[in-house]
Order: sequence, then C-alpha cells, then structure tokens
Amino acid sequence: MSTRESVQASPMQASAIQVRANAERERRRAARRRQHLFYLALLGVAMVAPLMVYPVFLMKLLCFALFACAFNLLLGYAGLLSFGHAAFFACGGYITGYTLSTYTGLSTELGIVAGTLASTVLGFVFGLLAIRRQGIYFAMITLALAQMVFFVFVQAPFTGGENGMQGVPRGHLFGLFDMQNNMSLYYFVLAVFVLGFVIIQRTIHSPYGQVLKAIRENEPRAISLGYNVDAHKLLAFVISAGLTGLAGSTKTVVFQLASLTDAHWHMSGEVILMTLLGGVGTILGPVVGATVVVTLQSSLSNGPLGEWVHVILGVIFVLCVLLFRSGIVGWVERLIKRNFK
Amino acid sequence: MKNLRKTAAAALVSSMIAGAAQAEISNDEVRIGYLADMSGTYRDLSGPGGLEALQMAIEDFGGTVNGKKIVTFHADDLNKPDVGANTVRQWIDERNVDMVTGMVASSVVLAAAKVVEQGGKLALISGAAASSITNEYCAPSHIHWTYDTFALANGTANAVLKDGGKSWFILTADYAFGHAMENDIKKVVEAEGGSVVGTVRHPFPSSDFSSYILQAQGSGADVVALANAGADTVNSLKTASEFGVTQSGQKLAGMVVFLNDIHAMGLDVTQGLMLTTGWYWDMNEETRAWAKRYHDRVGRMPGMVPAGIYSATMHYLNAVKETGSDDARVVRAQMAKTPVNDMFAKNGKIREDGRMVHDMYLVKVKTPAESKGEWDLYEVVSTIPGDEAFRPIGESQCQQMAPKG
Amino acid sequence: MTLVFGVPLSVLFGQLLLGLINGSFYALLSLGLAIIFGLLRIINFAHGAQYMLGAFAAFIGLNYLGVSYWMALLLSPLLIGLLGMGIERGLLRRIAGEDHLYGLLLTFGLALIVEGSFVKLFGVSGSPYPMPDLLKGGHNLGFMFLPTYRGWVIVAALTVCFATWYMIERTRLGSYLRAGTENPKLMQAFGINVPLLVTLTYGYGVALAAFAGVLAAPIYAVTPGMGSNLLIVVFAVVVIGGMGSIMGAIVTGLAMGLIEGLTKVFYPEAANTVIFVIMVLVLLLRPAGLFGKEA
Repeated sequence: MSTRESVQASPMQASAIQVRANAERERRRAARRRQHLFYLALLGVAMVAPLMVYPVFLMKLLCFALFACAFNLLLGYAGLLSFGHAAFFACGGYITGYTLSTYTGLSTELGIVAGTLASTVLGFVFGLLAIRRQGIYFAMITLALAQMVFFVFVQAPFTGGENGMQGVPRGHLFGLFDMQNNMSLYYFVLAVFVLGFVIIQRTIHSPYGQVLKAIRENEPRAISLGYNVDAHKLLAFVISAGLTGLAGSTKTVVFQLASLTDAHWHMSGEVILMTLLGGVGTILGPVVGATVVVTLQSSLSNGPLGEWVHVILGVIFVLCVLLFRSGIVGWVERLIKRNFK
Repeated sequence: MKNLRKTAAAALVSSMIAGAAQAEISNDEVRIGYLADMSGTYRDLSGPGGLEALQMAIEDFGGTVNGKKIVTFHADDLNKPDVGANTVRQWIDERNVDMVTGMVASSVVLAAAKVVEQGGKLALISGAAASSITNEYCAPSHIHWTYDTFALANGTANAVLKDGGKSWFILTADYAFGHAMENDIKKVVEAEGGSVVGTVRHPFPSSDFSSYILQAQGSGADVVALANAGADTVNSLKTASEFGVTQSGQKLAGMVVFLNDIHAMGLDVTQGLMLTTGWYWDMNEETRAWAKRYHDRVGRMPGMVPAGIYSATMHYLNAVKETGSDDARVVRAQMAKTPVNDMFAKNGKIREDGRMVHDMYLVKVKTPAESKGEWDLYEVVSTIPGDEAFRPIGESQCQQMAPKG
Repeated sequence: MTLVFGVPLSVLFGQLLLGLINGSFYALLSLGLAIIFGLLRIINFAHGAQYMLGAFAAFIGLNYLGVSYWMALLLSPLLIGLLGMGIERGLLRRIAGEDHLYGLLLTFGLALIVEGSFVKLFGVSGSPYPMPDLLKGGHNLGFMFLPTYRGWVIVAALTVCFATWYMIERTRLGSYLRAGTENPKLMQAFGINVPLLVTLTYGYGVALAAFAGVLAAPIYAVTPGMGSNLLIVVFAVVVIGGMGSIMGAIVTGLAMGLIEGLTKVFYPEAANTVIFVIMVLVLLLRPAGLFGKEA
C-alpha cells in the first residue's frame, strides 16, 4: 500500500484501502494466534502423555523429532540437502557420553552442552567446506565428510567402536534432579525439544529467515541484491548441525548409549525420510514424520511384520516421492484449505 | 493397562513381600524375552530358529511352572546395540520380563546385559561370542552359556599348533571383537612355542579379501588364522580357496565359524577346515533326536546356538520350579547349584563369573566325498574338557563374582 | 630384494594387480551410474540393488532353471535391464521435471524395497555361486598366484567399458543420445523418439550394473546387501571422475582401485575411507571432477 496511491486516491477510496489493510493484518494476527493456540494444545498433550505411553519411547520420539526439525531447517528453508547429518548426531552423542562417563558427578545439562558445542564446531568445519558447492555436489561432500567422521569414530578408542559407549550415567540435572527417574527425564527432554523448536521457529520468522527464503527461491537474485549468500547458508548449516547435536546428546542421556548406528549413513537417510514424509518446509512436518517412522519401526519390529520393516519404509519413501511430495502435513494443510475456506 | 505408576507400585509391594517369602512368582507368570537378530547377518545363527528352540523347551517343560503360565516375548534387535538395549529396557519396565535369552551380536549383548543388570533380572546369553562378557564385563545378572571366543581360539589354535603349524599370520577384523580374538590367538601360539609372523587388520565389514589373502600368502606362514566372523569369515574362506591357499601348503584356521556358515559356503570351499564348536547335532542318539525335532519345525539342522538356548531355558525353568520363585538372584543361585547334563552339555557347571563351563569339541569339515547328507558336515576329532577349554577363573578380570554355587 | 616403503617390490606388484582388478569392477559400476546421471540427470540410488539383482538372477538361473554362468552373463543384464526400463517408464518419468533430488529419493526407496524383499526371500547368509569350470584354477606369475577368474574379470569389464564408451562417443546412436539429453525438444523435432531413448539408456545403465553383478557372483558373496556396501563407493568414484564424463568414470574407477589397493598394504584399516578423502579433495579443488565438464 504505497502512500502515493492513498494521496492520489479520493478520500473515500483511501479509507477503503486502509480498512482492507487493517483487515488483512487482523486476519494474519488471528492466524498466528490460532497457530500459537495449536502449539499450546500440543504442548498440553505432551505434558500428560507420559502417564499413558511409555516415557522412554516418547523421549526417543522427541529426540528424533528435534533431529528432523533441525534437518528441515537446512533442507526446507535453506534448500540444502545434506547427506551427512548423522555425523553431527553421533558427535553430540559421543561427546556427551564421554564427558558424562569420564567426569562422574557432572550435571546432565553440562554434558549435553559439551556435546552440542562439539557438533556445532563440527558443523562449522563441514559448512566451510561444503557451502561452496550446490545441489548434488553439496550432498556428496557432506556424505564424504560424514564417512570420514564415521571412520574416526570407528578407530577412536573412546567410542568403544562396534560395542558403542555403554552405561553412560544420566547424572543429575543442575546437580539436583535425578535423571535416572524416567518421568523427570521426560520433562527435561520435552523442555529441550521445545527450546530447539522455538529456536528454529524464531530463526525462520526472523529477517534472517526471510533472506534465507529469498536465497532458496532465487539465489542469483539474492546475490545481486547484495546479500552475503555464503554467510547466510553457513549460518543455517551451523544452526542445523548444532541442534542436531543437541538431539544426539539428549538421546545418549536417555538411552545411556552412543553407538556407530548414530554415525552410519543410513541414519542420514532416515532423517531425510522423516522430513520428506512429514513435509519438507513445514514447521510441524518433521515432528509428524519422525513420529510416524519411529512408531512404525518399533511396532513393526515386535510383530510378525518385523522382517518387512525396510520394505515398508521403502514403499513409504516411494509413495511419498510420487504422490505425497508435500508430505503428510502438506497434504493435511491442503485438505484444510479445501474444506474450511 | 501398562500404567507406569501401577507397575512401579506393584513392583515395590511385591519386592517387599519377596523379601519376606522368597517363593513367589511375579505377576503369576514366568516371562521370558527372546532378543536376536531376526533379519540381518546373524539371522541364521539364532534368529527365528532360536525362538523355536525356546518354544520347544517351554513345551517340553509343560508350558507351566508350578501352575504358573510361561509367557514369551520376542524382538528383532536389528544387530544394533541401541535397539537391543531399548527393547530390553521396555520389556523390564513395562512387562516385568524375568529372563532374557537369545542375545547374539556381542555389541548388542554388552549393551542389553547392562540394562538387565540395572533392572535386576537374569540374562542367559547363548548366541554371542565375546569372552569379555564373563571377563571385564561380567555381572551376576547374566550367564554366558554356549561358547566364547577364548574357548574357540584356544581349542582351534592348540589343535593346529599340534598339527605342525608353528608360524602364524592373523587376518583380523578391525574392531574390538577382532582385536580380542587376535590377542587370544597370539597368547596361545606364543605359549606353545609358535610365532606370529604377521597380522593385517581389515575394515569391518569388507567385501573383497584378495589383497589380505595375498599378504597372508606372501608372509610364508604355516597357518593363516581368521580372527573375524560372519560374512567376513565366509568371504575370507572363499577367497582363500580361490587363491589356492591350502593347495600351496598353508593351513587355514577359522576361529568363529558356525554350522550355517559351512552349509552356506559348501564343502568344496571349506573342506579340511579345523574348528571348535560347543555342540554338533550328529554326536549321539540324544543330539540326533533333538536335532530331528528341530529340523522338522525349522527346516534346517540346528547349530550350537539354538541347542544352547534350549538347554539354558530348561535349566532355568527347572531352577524356577525348585525354588518356586522367578527372582533373578534366587534362580541363579539354584542354577549354579545344579550341574548341567542334558543333550547339549555334559559336565556343565555355572561359575561365579557367569561362565557356563562344559565340554567343547574339535571338529574337522568333511570332504564332499565323505559327506553323506546335506547337513553331514563335521567329523568330531576330539573332546576338549570344559576346564581346559575356557579361560581359567584365576585369570579372569571379573570384578563382580556371584556368590559361589 | 628392492623395498618400497618397507614392502618388497614383488608384493607391491601383486597388490597393484589386485587393485587393478577391483578397479575394473568400480569402472564397470560407475560407468553405468555415470551414463544414467551424465545423460539423464537421474541420481540412481538403486544401482547397488540392481547390481545385486544381476547376481541373484544368475544364482536363481543356475539353481532353478539350469542357466549356465555364460548364459547368465547375457541373460541377466537383459532381464534386469528390461526391469530398469520398466522402472524408468513407470516411475521415474513421473518425476522427470522435478528437482533431481527426488529421483535420488525415489531410487533410494526402491533400493530399500528390493533389498528388504530379498532378505526375506533369501536370508542374509549369502547364496553360494560356484566358479565356472573353465575359469577355475590360476597361474603362478612369479610375484603372485593369479586366479584365472580374476584375470577374466579385468578382460570382461574393460571390454564392456570400452565398447560402451565407443558406442556413446563415436557412433551415431551415441550422438543422438548425447544430443537428445542436451536438447530434447530439438531432437524430438528432428523425429528422434527421445523418451524411448531415455528409457533405453536407463535400461542400459542398469544392465551394466547387472553384468557387474554376474561377474561378482563367483568371487564375492551373493547377499542382498552386496550392493549397498558398494554403492556409496561407486558414487564417490563417479563424483571424482566427473559426473558427466564417460571416460572419466572408467579411468577414475581403475585409479581408485589402484589407490585402494595400495592403502590395503600400508594402512588397511582405512581402505574403506580413503576414497572419501579423495572425493572431498577433488570436490574442493576441481568441483566438476577430474574429467568433468561442468560444476
């Protein structure tokens, strides 16, 4: 709404335009309020969930949901497909496992901070090397770097190699709350997830997030507008890596175990599946995707279909790419728009 | 309802009661969990067949203990420590499972056994190989039943040394298990006056062994030992056959080789291989009878792992019956008091470090001409008495011995 | 005895020859991948599964249909190639216009389905495939004993590789293919059936993978997972060689085999990883790859 227009238009037209502008703003504010209410409702469900569902399973869900959200920041909002995120997940897990095991008595959150810091630094290094390339080459560099990190983890004695790092003490949160208690640990993990989620939300809805979106949609134009595209991409990469490390660190505390599975390239593939299934570029998509995949894996492995887990996941992958490219959340959003507008 | 608070309260109350009257079976059921690789590399070692062996034991026992039902759970650990440990954790937290068996990949077992220890339950480990399970990782909450790397290395290495193999070249899988095997072999070889002239560590897992076999040939050693397992061993043996290792005079010693591996590779490739096993189906009438029953249900002949599962479960159920309790400590003490004498083991006894010591057997793989049937694969050369086969308890690094049986 | 870094020269020769043999395998596999990516811009993550299918087709053929190894060398690639064409026509074409990464994800999903199904059908222990009688045994070359079959692998693989290269770079069919993928609309206007060409090309790339599978069956374990272990290595080879370059894939495959062979002598634990180190270096210094045409 340019001022020139309102100056040139008649007073009646000017007020009509003002009314329309205000209505638009009100609608957007109402939509945001609805969204926030929705999130609060979800949070409410999450608060009472452990009374009905096995808390350790829920904590696994939260960790992987955070992992997928962090990955989605890079894929959905920065437009960069990384095939090496397992490296950050494992790095966070191993470093946290190491610090909590070696410095017994260290409070839980310090162990997690150590792991997250380590994976942030690793993300910075990877990012510096990988950002220069695009598309499939970017994906390949991240894969290669992750494979090298995998090799380091295999060789390094502190990781325990194939056996993994076992019996990691959960410690006491802030030195006070015993994290061995599943319920207490659950609320802590929920808080960690909410923190990560809020960070991602704020990043997406910030001016920086808008620039990121512009870069994703048309990089040459963004460059011509004078934005330091590489720096923006690198920052997204580092945030994504750090939050992934946070997810890995928390997971190690929950399961008291860090293993090579976390660093294997299949793990990188799994998080891609979760994000794709849930909906790339949507905020809740990765959460939904992670929930579906983790639930599927655990319910299938206990039943007669146990041997078909990989096949079923493969079928879902294929169907997603062919039919559900916008993922579950994207599909639901379209349904709502069609039926409720 | 799987309500956490209810279960916690019930556990608290029953443990208080259990303290007072020890003859008490929790939840009025004996709950057994079977954890194994059902779809990956070790599927044929234990897998669905091992579950059948468990069911056979329960059926032969009558399905109930002192009138209480025996209930089983099973899960695929996908060969991953985290999946295995989490499954066991959930079993203990949500279903109050009393005993866990199967347990195949050493890395999975070490993680899951820790969870069993924290949960105060009992694990009867049949499938895994690592001798560290009763060494530095021992605990009163688990028993290692069927075999371990020490017994295998000891038995096979000793036999080959006696056969004239003085200089050794060791092909090792580059991970903790392989390194442990390599050390076990070195110790035995050097103790008997032999020497290790070279080693090479290959990434785990590897698909092409031509380079390493060439190095083994180049070393000129009498014996080429394979300190690896599973697919790596199979591939090493295939490549060794292709490059004519045994034809040119070197001996091949496989450390961790199972009946299903020999069956899969065929006698052409494996003939003459010497190996150690905890049990073989064609040793006597008892073993043949049980094996036939297993074969009718599963479609393949059993190796030592399902036989071990059957034996361990029967022994466990008998102890539960004797004591009237499914409390882990009580049952374990009873198990240690009774010797193990069944179709699986002769002169078997459970030591304080959790090792079930029993006779092992040195076998040689038959030539295609000698074999009269699809599963007629081994010739039993000699019996190795249990006390000689396994790590002597004096050398053990175990810190947490169970009370003497 | 001359020593190179502490290793006798004769031993080194033996290892280099083995490296060359492995390299010809890599060359064959990465050739198929390079054709599919270079010409069709499809990132075929199902290549490893198709390699596995080729090996299993030979196994099933031998054990249930009496198809000999020599017949399998011809029939297996044909069959799996046809399957590949079906995949292209039925599935890949639907996402032809989208981001390349969807092709990657789709083929990745297909690989999961195929490999998972085969695990269910055949188990994981490996299905034994006997060495063809004609190629059994070997020759003592002085510095090593070379099994005849391994020698055959180099000959077969390199012959097929160079035949393919020749066909693409030097024949008219190849020029139609190259033009058709650069400018499909123009080629279509000239009357060339471009979609058919695309389908045939994908099928050919898949057939190459299956051929490698049959070659592998007697010496490597025929297991459902045999392809997924090789897949990322082959991708690395293609990326290093340059994703558009046919000759690049062949030469790089051989070179990587040699480098890996040397690593197995001096630092065997790193044998699986050295190729990724090289990939990172190449991507940083020459992003188009050693022989590539564009970034």
